[in-house]
Amino acid sequence: MTATDLSLPAPAVAAPDNRSAPGRPVRSRGWRLVGYAALVLAAAGLLLPFYWMVVASLKTNSDVFTIPITWLPDPVVWRNYLDIWQRSDMTTWLGNTLLLSVVVTLLQVLTGSFAAYGFARVRFPGRNALFLAYVGTIAVPWQSYMIPQFILMSKLQLSNTLWSIVALQAFGAFGVFLMKQFYETIPEELSESARVDGLSEFGIYRRIMLPLSRPALASLALLTFVTTWNDYLGPLIYLRSPDLRTIQLGLNTFISQYNAEYALIMTGSVLSVLPVAVIFLVGQRYFIEGIATTGLKG
Amino acid sequence: MATLPRTRPRNRRLVSRNTVAGWSFILPNFVGFAVLTLLPVVVLFYVAFTNWNVFGVAEWTGTANFRRMWGDASFWTALRNTVYYTVFHIPLTLAASLGLALLLNRKLRGVRFFRTVAFFPYITSIVAIAIVWNQLFSPEYGPINALLGAVGVDNPPGWTASSTWSMPAVIIVGTWRYMGYYMLLFLAGLQTIPAQLYEAAETDGATPWQRFVHVTLPGLRHTTFFVTVLLTIESFKVFDLILVMTGGGPGQSTLVLSQYIYQKGFEENQFGYASAVSVVLFAICFSITIIQFMVNKRRNS
Repeated sequence: MTATDLSLPAPAVAAPDNRSAPGRPVRSRGWRLVGYAALVLAAAGLLLPFYWMVVASLKTNSDVFTIPITWLPDPVVWRNYLDIWQRSDMTTWLGNTLLLSVVVTLLQVLTGSFAAYGFARVRFPGRNALFLAYVGTIAVPWQSYMIPQFILMSKLQLSNTLWSIVALQAFGAFGVFLMKQFYETIPEELSESARVDGLSEFGIYRRIMLPLSRPALASLALLTFVTTWNDYLGPLIYLRSPDLRTIQLGLNTFISQYNAEYALIMTGSVLSVLPVAVIFLVGQRYFIEGIATTGLKG
Repeated sequence: MATLPRTRPRNRRLVSRNTVAGWSFILPNFVGFAVLTLLPVVVLFYVAFTNWNVFGVAEWTGTANFRRMWGDASFWTALRNTVYYTVFHIPLTLAASLGLALLLNRKLRGVRFFRTVAFFPYITSIVAIAIVWNQLFSPEYGPINALLGAVGVDNPPGWTASSTWSMPAVIIVGTWRYMGYYMLLFLAGLQTIPAQLYEAAETDGATPWQRFVHVTLPGLRHTTFFVTVLLTIESFKVFDLILVMTGGGPGQSTLVLSQYIYQKGFEENQFGYASAVSVVLFAICFSITIIQFMVNKRRNS
């Protein structure tokens, strides 16, 4: 346990350390057992839906709901994972979603980190008021201004194009907030001495801040990617043509079309979750640090 | 921090140079932010007082939308359901996430694995989650009712097929999805509590429960406050989970405010009226946040 913890690089963010190491030791054996029992129970509860998803995706359709419940697929129907591509537009959906997620992530990371530098390091009149406007909108649910936003987006001729989703996701306050929090942990003296050496503000951002903020950039990139990948409401409102559908939208239309194909529906769900799961498992550290830094989600 | 000397010319030049630099950093993001977030929030308060429809023809109708809302039974149902969701979702998620955090804040094996597991629902898309849970909740063949039957429940609930049980089903899924996320925030908070405090309490002979009440809870005050604010906003705007899981049904048993806005706006093209309902949602979230901040401030002083 300690070994794995030590292998983690120190959190680069000034966020509170959220690893398990400094936890309090558990004294009595009895409590330890209770602790493990609680852990196992909670883990089972948390994982059951995912277990069901994977197992059902490998069953024949009539095996999904049986009495008593079959907890292992028998026979294992790998065919579902071939059939789904023919029965649905999975390729289009995944393609659209991937494109959107990549473009949004690039834009969010670029503009967000750029603006955050302005907020964190350049002093000018009106800066704090402006930042307050950014933070304030975090307390305003998107659902409450989706109507006027849709009207504006339609006026800009963006609705029913993939651009609408890009516009929707790429300029959020979240990225600015996360990056600003991070930049403020970098000692001011660094940029001061660079300024004395004649580096421009842009030069400081490019040469000093960007390289130093790689972990925070990774957090922001991963969180943005996953948020865009998982977004259902934005595509639901803006993307009307079938060939623009994202995976979430496509999956939901697939369900309404084949609502009795329980196994195939689960196959589609697994495929929609898989990329995010892989990204999460690989970059878990960045997710957790990013969230501990801001306490906010995208 | 930003003390801006005004008098000396050298400084004035610095200020204007900084203003240009500052704005040029912020501008690329700000343009998008202003057009897509700030402007819509402002426009909302105009549209809410008009009869804006799909053709974009809008007449100023004063408070007509709000008067209509006052007598609109569906609006009140949606508001009541939203409050129903909120009153249960907040304490349940608080308790579950704090419980998980306390559990994980100990030196047990597998804690890191468990943290990954707990966070997993949060990064999984709402659509996939709603689909799976709908299968789990299936009244006749689903595993949840099978488990309930196995422990002796004779008449297991109909969950999403029943208007009494659909909201509890949604609340369960909502809590399941978000508790890992808030657990992370609590874990971060727990580790700012100095270990000496616990040691001191222990030498004074405090029981585990007393330590929890007198050391842990006060130490977590800021985190709890922050989590409550986030949870409140998150509960009041609940939408996509319900949309995919129940579609607001059966009947109107899980119709919530956000979904009512969506129905009026995007299905019936009554943008004016939908905006008026949005103003209510906006006002609720905003005022609750401000009240919570004020209460927290008073408690701190």
